[in-house]
Amino acid sequence: MAWGLFSFRRFLAVVNKEFIQMRRDRMTFAMMVGIPLLQLILFGYAINSDPRHLPTAVLSADNSAFSRAIVAAMQTSRYYTITRHAASRDEVRELLDRGKVQFVLTIPQNFGADILRGEKPVLLLEADATDPTAVGGPVGALREIVNRAVNTELDRAFPYVVRGADPVDVRVHADYNPEAVTQYNIVPGLLGVILTMTLTMITALAITRESERGTMENLLATPVRPLEVMLGKIVPYILVGYIQMTLIIVAAKLLFQVPMQGSVVLVFVLSLIFIAANLSVGVTLSTLARNQLQAVQMSVFFFLPSMLLSGFMFPFRGMPDWAQAVGAILPLTHYLRLVRGVLLKGNGLVLALDNLWPIALFWLVVIVIGVKRYRKTLD
Amino acid sequence: MEPREAVIDVRGITKAFSGKVVVNGLDMRVERGEIFGFLGPNGSGKTTFIRMLCGLLSPDAGEGTCLGLDVRRDAARIKEQVGYMSQRFSLYEDLTVRENLDFIARMYGLPGRTEAVEAMIERMGLTPFAGQLAGRLSGGWKQRLALSACMLHEPRLLLLDEPTAGVDPGARRDFWDQVHALAAQGVTSLISTHYMDEAERCHRLAYIAYGDLLAQGSAEELIRDSGLSTFRVTGPDLHDLTLALRRTPGVDQVAAFGPALHVSGRDRAALETALAPWRGGAHTVTAVDTSLEEVFIGLMRRGRA
Repeated sequence: MAWGLFSFRRFLAVVNKEFIQMRRDRMTFAMMVGIPLLQLILFGYAINSDPRHLPTAVLSADNSAFSRAIVAAMQTSRYYTITRHAASRDEVRELLDRGKVQFVLTIPQNFGADILRGEKPVLLLEADATDPTAVGGPVGALREIVNRAVNTELDRAFPYVVRGADPVDVRVHADYNPEAVTQYNIVPGLLGVILTMTLTMITALAITRESERGTMENLLATPVRPLEVMLGKIVPYILVGYIQMTLIIVAAKLLFQVPMQGSVVLVFVLSLIFIAANLSVGVTLSTLARNQLQAVQMSVFFFLPSMLLSGFMFPFRGMPDWAQAVGAILPLTHYLRLVRGVLLKGNGLVLALDNLWPIALFWLVVIVIGVKRYRKTLD
Repeated sequence: MEPREAVIDVRGITKAFSGKVVVNGLDMRVERGEIFGFLGPNGSGKTTFIRMLCGLLSPDAGEGTCLGLDVRRDAARIKEQVGYMSQRFSLYEDLTVRENLDFIARMYGLPGRTEAVEAMIERMGLTPFAGQLAGRLSGGWKQRLALSACMLHEPRLLLLDEPTAGVDPGARRDFWDQVHALAAQGVTSLISTHYMDEAERCHRLAYIAYGDLLAQGSAEELIRDSGLSTFRVTGPDLHDLTLALRRTPGVDQVAAFGPALHVSGRDRAALETALAPWRGGAHTVTAVDTSLEEVFIGLMRRGRA
């Protein structure tokens, strides 16, 4: 099949036809507008979970036995896994912004000496609280962990020191979402979930419909090229994706008063890759499905793991390793981090790129499979 | 008679689907302005062959030209000059008649698109339905719309796959008038059909069964080449007679035609002997011309054997 000689006019004719059909298909239209609103309202209530082994960085200016005991006790609690030792405040900032760690523990200078003097030194734990369900457990347990570690150490090495009830002043600083409002986390996440769900399904349906109704045969007997058909079918739904995004963002602002730290425009621009990735999944599924029912079933098969393993339903770091591995492949996982990063943390383009390339890679792989499959099905 | 330009000229066209041969080494030559009938039982490979001609499928083996273009390499250019009408209605049911035609016109990049579409609507008598959704049309009008769509770009070759299936006799007659008018203008048609009266309207015919081309030629040639003689038998208890005759040597086939039986055989003398016991009694036996129908029944029986 010749792929050269792309005709822009034929491509436009396909786009135009898709729009007419979209307009006449009231159910699909209702689905495109109704699903985002319904989900937004339903998912406004979060599901709790108790994740463990959350990556934690330590910024320590003190090398006393107390510091070491606290770090060790945090590890033993299984809530925290110390993955890094930060050297500066700047590094702490960056680790949190990029989402490399969930927590940063800052131990001030003379921490051990201050304990011995009974001065109640301040121990600071900064938490990336964009997803409040992820940090609730560890934060709740922290005070107990620290006090027990310090008291044990005191009993062992300094039994003569007089001490109060709390030898350390533990302070927790919840970044990005200080009031731990779950909607703040859920609503931007919904953006990704809804785009995944409707776009995959609608595209899979739009193409399978042509083969199921027999119209594909007529279409392929005309000089139209496969690429013109594929793009002509995808482009209208990119527009649909943007309409859905606008709907969700406006609703997020009006219904849940989600604060938008970062640039909404940046989210819109970067979402193009994510939308394209989902549409190409839809196109690829449609080359596998024999009828519209199968197309729907297959898109659910893609959608469920996306929703469950991406960190939307359950905190990503609370999942077992194999589930995290699967989740890391899915575009939604990275898109959630991207949107939360930009909208809630105010990340810019450079930080967002961390999460953009896995989506682009996924898109590339799927589109290659899709085009290869599409060529075969002509025969 | 000078040989005319070949519009379809293919040899050894073969196609198999998952190991099952559907079209087996088919040769076919169709000349310019001809109406070529394509017959054969369901599942005999007619549709597959037509799809290979218009580039929807690529043949596994074989070679040749369609409109002077290589069927294997130039599928894209062949598509531009061929009008293909599939067996099943394959325009958009959720677009109106006019929108469908307009879409097809855009696919072919027709100059003066709007005028061409309106002219076609007018010519095919679709004016009252122009704004109606194609899905709401009756069978005959759907067929008319499909034919309009495949004639829109003024193709030099029409490939029509059972275009009149499920269409009433009046609409069928209109359809054939159209095809003959186009043939007079030099447009070639390859039409598959199951109707004998339609086969008789074709200039030449091909009969294909289970992938093999069994016969090719004009109606007269096919009848002559079949070597069949036929007798018409009327009288009482025709059903019992049918069963008895089928067991009699010399009788190749027996088919009921209304109040009569048509009994055919390739050996005229043997057939006369077989029928002799029935002459002069309650039954009347008369020699008749063998028709295409008998030829095809015979071909179908042999194809299956």
